[in-house]
Amino acid sequence: MKLFSDANWHNQALWFVRQKRDSASKSLDEWEALREVASNIKAHTMSYLDRYLQEFEKRAIANGIKVHWALDDKEHNQIVEKILKSKGAKKVVKSKSMLTEECGLNPFLEERGYEIVDTDLGERIVQLNKQKPSHIVLPAIHLKKEEVAGVFNEQSSDPTYLTQVARGQLREHFLSADVAITGVNFAIASEGAFVVCTNEGNADIATSLCQTHIASMGIEKLIPKLEHLGVFTRLLARSATGQAITTYTSHFKRPSKGKEIHLIIVDNGRSNLLGQEKFEEALKCIRCGACMNSCPVFRRVGGHEYSYVIPGPIGANLGASRDVVKYGKDVFASTLCGSCTNVCPVKINLHEQLLAYRGEYKAVVKESKDKFYKFAYKILSNPKLYQLSIKLAKYMPYSFYKNAWGKGRKAPKFAKRSFREIWEGLIIDN
Amino acid sequence: MSKKIALFIPCFIDTIYPKVGLATLKILQDLGFEVEYPKAQTCCGQPFFNSGFRDEAKNLAYKFYSIFKDFDYIVAPSASCIAMVRVNYKELLEPKEYEEMASKSYEICEFLYDVVKLDSLDVSFAHSVALHKSCHGLRELELGVSSELALPYNNKVEKLLSLVDGLTLLPMLNADECCGFGGTFSVNENELSVKMGQDKLQHFRDSGAEYLVGYDNSCMMHLASIDKSVKMLHVVEILAGVADETI
Repeated sequence: MKLFSDANWHNQALWFVRQKRDSASKSLDEWEALREVASNIKAHTMSYLDRYLQEFEKRAIANGIKVHWALDDKEHNQIVEKILKSKGAKKVVKSKSMLTEECGLNPFLEERGYEIVDTDLGERIVQLNKQKPSHIVLPAIHLKKEEVAGVFNEQSSDPTYLTQVARGQLREHFLSADVAITGVNFAIASEGAFVVCTNEGNADIATSLCQTHIASMGIEKLIPKLEHLGVFTRLLARSATGQAITTYTSHFKRPSKGKEIHLIIVDNGRSNLLGQEKFEEALKCIRCGACMNSCPVFRRVGGHEYSYVIPGPIGANLGASRDVVKYGKDVFASTLCGSCTNVCPVKINLHEQLLAYRGEYKAVVKESKDKFYKFAYKILSNPKLYQLSIKLAKYMPYSFYKNAWGKGRKAPKFAKRSFREIWEGLIIDN
Repeated sequence: MSKKIALFIPCFIDTIYPKVGLATLKILQDLGFEVEYPKAQTCCGQPFFNSGFRDEAKNLAYKFYSIFKDFDYIVAPSASCIAMVRVNYKELLEPKEYEEMASKSYEICEFLYDVVKLDSLDVSFAHSVALHKSCHGLRELELGVSSELALPYNNKVEKLLSLVDGLTLLPMLNADECCGFGGTFSVNENELSVKMGQDKLQHFRDSGAEYLVGYDNSCMMHLASIDKSVKMLHVVEILAGVADETI
């Protein structure tokens, strides 16, 4: 991976968010207990996912929500298109949804002549800049305010001014759109209702003004009961941005008179993870982005260096789970420091999964550097050969190996006598 | 009968930092332990396991088991290698053998803190130090509470250092952020690895401490490769009272 063009700036921007998260989490005595409870609720839900999905569907239908099931991204996009067609819709306002990114919904609809307007400020910026989000919570974190001014063709880079510009433009789109698309943060099985969290209220204005609301959710968004919601909303905003709660936590239970809510429940490979002991924890993810803000690699390279649509520790795992050959390389871009695992509000063993996927990757991908490992293994699996090699290595002139560790560093020098040789001397002396 | 300790001296300590192995040997012998160095030892297998070569790692794990199984304790001055045994051997050894290895292998600081329960030392080191809290020791061996967790602060290594006469422990910004070594990561992602190392070294310089101390020589080796002018010591060199000899 390449360092971000201004790695210090990017690092500090995200570290600032991580620090806000630290103080928010440490302000709650029960933080670690909350993580444990959340992790257990998710584990339970995944164990009974079939049951909860059916219960959820039944109650949602009873509430008047139209429920659709999509096996994969293709089906998801087709369902959206079908709904848009049936409504004669031309223009869609969309609030943040990583699932629709995952399904490639925007290009799919744009190719078919629809106008899609992303309404989350960060997403709007990257959409206008013809980029993908570089972070799941902070989609435009890779852009400096001066670059954002350029995106809006403005001279001033004052954040408040630029926000007002975007707000003015978006207001026009909200008023003229036919359909609102949102993601789903939590779906509550016992209620047949779902919750969308935003900080900008864009999902609320969009769903209030449009006659039709399409919400897309992955099957893992489910929680059993309303009483469980508070556990997650307390963790989500604190982990994501250090806020106590997102500015808007909107519950959708039934459509208003004369309006429609369509809910698309998407699998797209998620159910493959069920029952895979080493990997299924990833289904607990609530998409807070804390692992990205905490990851020393992500902070220095930025989200666009990752091959999968979701970057960072969770994204590298999810990508590998989708296609280990295509996305698996990213699981090696980690020092396995474990910060992601400790910061995760639902206690996903992120770094252990990264490590486990390395084994999966090497089981199917052969590379030229494998020869080095095979050679090293031959030496290290044979004590005599190992001892001989380190003796020989020691007699190499330093100039021979001093640049062996790549640019920007000088390899360490071997000691005159190894520990083993000193030990043997000690034994003889005694 | 005194307990028998096997020293596990990982390859980079054997060849580059033998004095750290000697300091470990000294402090254990001074405490009255019978210490052996099984000569057939090579590597715990971590470089292979972390690079996805499971079969090779598994074979090395079994070799490790057969070499060390007859000792009461396995002690190493390397948190990362012990974390490999404690955490990752679970996948490589049979459950019974894993339990045996996991329960008797210790990083030297945790051995001194948890087993010996060291509460006094007749050692002085009249210098200021900053502690690099290497990741595997901190987050996998739980030598301390990492900054992500909302738990009461604790750090076993700092407590051991507080027993040293004259030593001043100075705070260092982001002391538990990864230094960028990461084993084969340092080769595969050289530029990124060096950048993380430079950032760590800058935090150290900003701390104003004379010495950067740690419990994982692999991190220190990486940091020294970027800037050899920084004075570094393994914690055990200070605890064993030999730091002044090696400076």
